[in-house]
Amino acid sequence: MAWQWFHRLGSPRWFYQKTSAWMPWLALASLLLIGAGSIWGLGFAPEDAKQGNSYRIIYIHVPAAFLALAGYYIMAISGAIGLIWKMKLSFVVMRAAAPIGAVLTFIALFTGAVWGKPTWGTYWVWDARITSMLILLFLYIGVIALSRAFSREQVADKACALLALVGTVNIPIIYKSVDWWFTLHQPATIKFTEKSSIDPSMFYPLLTMVIGFYCLYAWTLIAHTREKILQREWRTSWVQQLMGGESATESKAG
Amino acid sequence: MHPVRRQRLILVLLLVALSSAAVALVTYAMRNNMNYFYAPAAFAAGEVPMEKNIRAGGCVVPGSVVRADDSLDVRFALTDGRAELEVVFDKILPDLFAEGEAAVVTGRLMPDGYVRADQVLAKHDENYTPPEVAESMAAEASCADGAKI
Amino acid sequence: MQFQFDSLAAFLHMDGHGTFVWAAYGVTFLTLTALALQPRLQRRRLKRELERQQRIEARRRSVETRRTREAEPA
Repeated sequence: MAWQWFHRLGSPRWFYQKTSAWMPWLALASLLLIGAGSIWGLGFAPEDAKQGNSYRIIYIHVPAAFLALAGYYIMAISGAIGLIWKMKLSFVVMRAAAPIGAVLTFIALFTGAVWGKPTWGTYWVWDARITSMLILLFLYIGVIALSRAFSREQVADKACALLALVGTVNIPIIYKSVDWWFTLHQPATIKFTEKSSIDPSMFYPLLTMVIGFYCLYAWTLIAHTREKILQREWRTSWVQQLMGGESATESKAG
Repeated sequence: MHPVRRQRLILVLLLVALSSAAVALVTYAMRNNMNYFYAPAAFAAGEVPMEKNIRAGGCVVPGSVVRADDSLDVRFALTDGRAELEVVFDKILPDLFAEGEAAVVTGRLMPDGYVRADQVLAKHDENYTPPEVAESMAAEASCADGAKI
Repeated sequence: MQFQFDSLAAFLHMDGHGTFVWAAYGVTFLTLTALALQPRLQRRRLKRELERQQRIEARRRSVETRRTREAEPA
């Protein structure tokens, strides 16, 4: 009985209907937070004593990098749940997380490169942190490619989940790369256990952006998952009804 | 949990554990090879191969930066608190390159004991402070003793 | 809290770092917007596909009924 809620969670229809009410609120929260955080970070936060204004890239670089990593956990854990409990919805979430994670990783790499030029003096350096982030991008792209490589959906689901799980090895490497190897990349600025090495006047806009990115991530992931649910279940009567065709209601439920 | 599901869970965990172990071993084995990076003390101890591409890093010794009058050539010394290393560079230095700040150079060790650099990069720390706050912190150099390198 | 720049031009220029900062923000918001709009496009495509299927189904049915009517003796 304790597992009942868990299995109901696995019903795509239940998920679709449940999340409908959340979507506008998540969209509003992410728009407000990211809008306010950007204006705050770009115009109102003080400039950095050494880096000047180029440091303002931190307000998108750090949130994007956070979510590129958190998104990988979500993708890999959904894959694992799908493999173990054979839950359809879980695989759908995994597939939806892949392109979102790829875009966020790309943003982290791109903003890092653009930030690197004025601060380090180069766009790119083969350094442990940057290289392991590039591997993360390849893992995301690998999952996307695998999801399209098989004509049988179930085979593709399993292959993607396995690749995502094997790739989790990369995550601690990314986190720890700045400590394990000599890298050009500076260590973490925001620390949870000790005092952060960023002035409060610069920290609050950053925090706003991080929370905003989390909201946007949730919204985007749910939106992509809902779309994929409709695509997978298009034969069923509830999807046909939802998509609003009069003759659709008569057609058989697959 | 259903026994079949438990079995699958164990399989999945085993897969993650095994691949982690494999990667951990590989990175551990490669650790020494991957690090073409040497601190100035390694140069002093003669551990650095001559005329090979290497990376060196340290704190730019205050007062050591000398620019040539007739070319772009710049000479400066890097320190890790134990030894100093002389570097010669003939291109434009990055904006954040400064005395008392960390720098990373790529280049070759020449027989005369200095490094001819192809690339000089400025390494900055993880601290972000507004200018007024930085001034009030009594101009603390970010890596004077090379401790951060 | 106070606006850090004296003019709009200074805000855009950012002491020479403007190109880097604005490029980073521009690319980020463009890609994120594209990602957010993707489900909407997919839904439109799915809807079109479903309508096409329904038209085919309707035509098939009308042909069937005509055939059965023709087969019936007058």
